[in-house]
Amino acid sequence: MTHLALLMQQLDQIFVLAAHWLLSYLPTALQPLGSAILSVTAIILVFATLFALVTWMERKGLGRMQNRYGPNRVGLWGIFQPIADGVKSLTKEDIVPFTADHAVHYMAPVLIVAASFLGYAVLPMGRNMVMVDLNAGVLFFFAVGSLMELAVFMAGWSSRSKYSLLGAMRAIAQMISYEVPLVLASIVVLMQAGSLSTVAIVNMQAVYSGIWPHWFVLTPWGFAGFVLFMIAATAESNRSPFDLPEGESEIVAGYFTEYSGFKFALFFLAEYIGMFATSGLAITLFLGGWSAPFSFLTWVPSYLWFFAKLLTLIAAFIWVRGTLPRLRMDQLMNLAWQFMLPMALLNLLTAGVWHLMPAGPLRWLVCSIMVVVPCILLGRGLKHKKKLQVRTYHFSQ
Amino acid sequence: MTASFIFLAVLTVAGTAAAMGLRNAVHCVLALTLGLTGIAMLYLQLDAQFVGFTQIMVYVGAVAILAVFVIMMTRNDKTMAPPALSYSGVTGGLIAAAVFAVLAWAICSSASRVQGQPAQPDVTVQQIGDALLHRYVLPLEIMGLLLTAALIGAVVIAMDREEEMK
Repeated sequence: MTHLALLMQQLDQIFVLAAHWLLSYLPTALQPLGSAILSVTAIILVFATLFALVTWMERKGLGRMQNRYGPNRVGLWGIFQPIADGVKSLTKEDIVPFTADHAVHYMAPVLIVAASFLGYAVLPMGRNMVMVDLNAGVLFFFAVGSLMELAVFMAGWSSRSKYSLLGAMRAIAQMISYEVPLVLASIVVLMQAGSLSTVAIVNMQAVYSGIWPHWFVLTPWGFAGFVLFMIAATAESNRSPFDLPEGESEIVAGYFTEYSGFKFALFFLAEYIGMFATSGLAITLFLGGWSAPFSFLTWVPSYLWFFAKLLTLIAAFIWVRGTLPRLRMDQLMNLAWQFMLPMALLNLLTAGVWHLMPAGPLRWLVCSIMVVVPCILLGRGLKHKKKLQVRTYHFSQ
Repeated sequence: MTASFIFLAVLTVAGTAAAMGLRNAVHCVLALTLGLTGIAMLYLQLDAQFVGFTQIMVYVGAVAILAVFVIMMTRNDKTMAPPALSYSGVTGGLIAAAVFAVLAWAICSSASRVQGQPAQPDVTVQQIGDALLHRYVLPLEIMGLLLTAALIGAVVIAMDREEEMK
């Protein structure tokens, strides 16, 4: 292998090699524990830093989309704003309501942060860079996601406040409703890959025919699945346009109304970390994980591709937040049960047809029609009963 | 009897005992969730990954939330009832001892204790899927029918009130 290729390969595996070098100083019996501690520390440091960066990105991005500057005081382009926010949330007084359930009120932010960080254990962030290669990796991810719903309930219930309880019930109803299309959209990938292991799914997508990769998003059912997954992921992490449970203009702050200071920051952290984890799973299932988009770009280190895709998806989340208005609760639920669930089931059927038809342009045509036509028909059918017109506003003169 | 087994066993027993002993109903459900998570981790310790994660997803993610929703919807304000009479405590203790004796006798006289530990089968999700669709396809279809009936029933119950209001 040429020197340059060897250098790029070592650069690709640099974190794995560094981890092995650090662990060689430990006795053999302690090495699995040391490896686990090292991976956990790395994940927490990297994604907490990414969280700080994304809060800055979001405020600047939303600001520019709304024709205003974002934060621009605390350093060039406001880059130290996350540090200022962190100091602020750490130094605020921790107010707990008198009638609140103190034990549960304390445990809710802890549980939600722990549950949101657990999902990263099965995401392959680079070649050979997954923390745990579980046989049932995708199932682990969804199981951990369901822990977050319990934490949301704990937060809303223990605060003993109307807004908290209402926000918690809405949030749980939304998260449960959107968990169904989320899981169904990912089952399509599992059907095609034949395995629940995230490493196996990424390895299946890291091959190229010509210059094109075998990413699942580049197939009709994969594209529909990806769109459904991203919509459900936006709803799962309570992001705009699905942020009615925590909308500031609706119910103060929903289930974390009665939290102040650092606990509020923990909820904020958990929401963003959950968003990154679900984006990471979307990248693993649909966008080929750490594989390069074209076969002539495989020399770039694999973790750079993973984080580039992650930042692109986060930018898309921020873009959607700045563009679309908030959905009402009944519109939200109708979208989940009446549109996304049938589309996800039809997508399953399409993937089955794809798998059973012989390769060639005919299956592309058939599967594309099977995905696009029901989408249009379902949309038209659901819009039919409501008389939707362009709204005209009459402002008082 | 490894250390992790003892820890998980203590966690499970403590969680489920607290679920019976605590006064506040929501605390009971949360303690039960802890006990169920302990059972899920016991499954994981036995290398049954699919069952363990499905236990978490179904019990913690769905059943516990259902329980807390029910408690939230149906609670009355006077939830702090004084503890029951000690008379029913004695009867309860006798019944619990009897059940424990029967279970202990059944486990002690079962085949696995006589033969020692059998070789651990390496069950993958693929084998579970194969079994579900070949050997156990009838129970699978019956479960699907049951779940569909429950879903339709829930929708009918929720829809009925709207018709009456019209």
